[in-house]
Amino acid sequence: MLTDSEIMTCSAPVLEFKSSTFSVPVIVLSNNDLVAIEEHLRKKNLLAPDFFKNSPVVFDVQLLNQKGISIDIEDLTRVIYQAGMLPIGIRGGDELQNSKARELRIPAYSSLHSVSAESGKKVVQKNTKSATAAESPTTLIITHPVRSGQRVYATGDLIILAQVSAGAEILAEGNVHVYNTLRGRVLAGVQGNTEARIFCSDLQAELISIAGNYKISEDLNDSIRNKPVQVYLQEHSLIIKDIL
Amino acid sequence: MARIIVVTSGKGGVGKTTTSAAISMGLAKKGHKTVVIDFDVGLRNLDLIMGCERRVVYDFVNVINGEAALNQALIRDKHCEALSILPASQTRDKDALSLEGVGKILEDLSKDFDYIVCDSPAGIEKGAHLAMYFADDAFIVTNPEVSSVRDSDRMLGLLSSKSRRAELNQEPIKEYLLLSRYSPDRVKLGEMLSVQDVQEILSLHLLGVIPESKSVLNASNSGTPVILDEKSDAGQAYADIVARYLGEDKPHRFIDEKKGLFGKLFGSK
Ligand SMILES: Nc1ncnc2c1ncn2[C@@H]1O[C@H](COP(=O)(O)OP(=O)(O)O)[C@@H](O)[C@H]1O
Ligand SMILES: [Mg+2]
Repeated sequence: MLTDSEIMTCSAPVLEFKSSTFSVPVIVLSNNDLVAIEEHLRKKNLLAPDFFKNSPVVFDVQLLNQKGISIDIEDLTRVIYQAGMLPIGIRGGDELQNSKARELRIPAYSSLHSVSAESGKKVVQKNTKSATAAESPTTLIITHPVRSGQRVYATGDLIILAQVSAGAEILAEGNVHVYNTLRGRVLAGVQGNTEARIFCSDLQAELISIAGNYKISEDLNDSIRNKPVQVYLQEHSLIIKDIL
Repeated sequence: MARIIVVTSGKGGVGKTTTSAAISMGLAKKGHKTVVIDFDVGLRNLDLIMGCERRVVYDFVNVINGEAALNQALIRDKHCEALSILPASQTRDKDALSLEGVGKILEDLSKDFDYIVCDSPAGIEKGAHLAMYFADDAFIVTNPEVSSVRDSDRMLGLLSSKSRRAELNQEPIKEYLLLSRYSPDRVKLGEMLSVQDVQEILSLHLLGVIPESKSVLNASNSGTPVILDEKSDAGQAYADIVARYLGEDKPHRFIDEKKGLFGKLFGSK
């Protein structure tokens, strides 16, 4: 192991390989209609412009392949670029799609699901909800404060054990739990999951949104501020209620 | 190995330079070999506050560019043997500093000093990033007003994601809150946030409250860090802060409004 002082000296190696884990949004496609995809990305951009602008994304074509729907990888990446996002990977692609992606200098990731299916063949598909199960979302747990200017994105549920400051933005494809004061922007079900909920122990948020249905701070009346609440969606409107 | 302290805030004019001068002097007076570095390239004023502006020959940028050796640029403080100052350049722009250059200098200084205090420029751009990147401890200087608190929060976010400790996945930078230019009377009138308000928003360990004080201006006019004015409230506040940082247990002061003669006589609280 090199110490810090050795890294600093001239004789140190020019680079080191380090392993890091990144949280990157995944675009899971269920349709090959490029116009609809473009429109959807544009709407996402409006919802959280700072988040998606120049954001690296991975696109997942596994569902399409399962349903036997083909998509042109080159056209798809162009649409993603046009939406201001930077595709950095393809997941769940077949051989042809992966090699096309490599031509475009986009690396191919193996899909968690297909790997396990190959290695075991015993994986029992819960066929009822296979569409959502295919994503195998993970829960992200954050124990430190999320400060102004910071953004956190979870592909599954997001659990935060510290405060979320004004000017911070937290997004999850699943539910969001904040066991502390929530002052920033919170968006649950960002990929359209209308069942997602938001829970927090002290609501002072600047914006709350579930599956694109949002309320801004001004819309929150005093009866639900500064206390533990849950937020869920009922016929396209946000319901904010005491937890207890 | 030296402990590297960055004095930072995001916002300008909140008291970073005043604080850097005071705490570096305080640490040195307690016998710790300390160097204070002015990262505010192009706007140098730490040397004015330290009263050494007429002894500047070489600066931080000269050392980075290899135009001077570190010990040629370091200025020994006239009040305290254990304290040195590395001044900023007035003539260069901010791009004169590089991450490697700064890293190398801090590495060299670490061999000779116990504490390295980095006086950060305002903002969250390159200069402020360089000042905080290598830090072990961060003193977040905040004034009791919403915009200053918000900027500090932003800076805390950067400390936890864009610093060397964060990038190498090491133990995070230790963060301390210094609430400066505090005026209990104005808090009472509702013109300023209270200590509790600020702590609630930032949820950060409070190292000390520095009162709004005429003594700060007097000190900077005479080129002596305010901590040397032992009779002044601000000087005492900084002495407390240094003591607490070094592990002493000191009750917080300067939080309640000054009692009038009446209050003093009858000891009402
Ligand atoms: N506790 C204080 N009481 C009164 N004035 C102060 C205090 N702290 C700083 N100041 C004044 O505020 C101004 C900015 O201080 P400075 O330390 O240069 O801030 P920064 O380095 O953050 O820009 C200076 O004029 C200084 O004299
Ligand atoms: Mg300054």
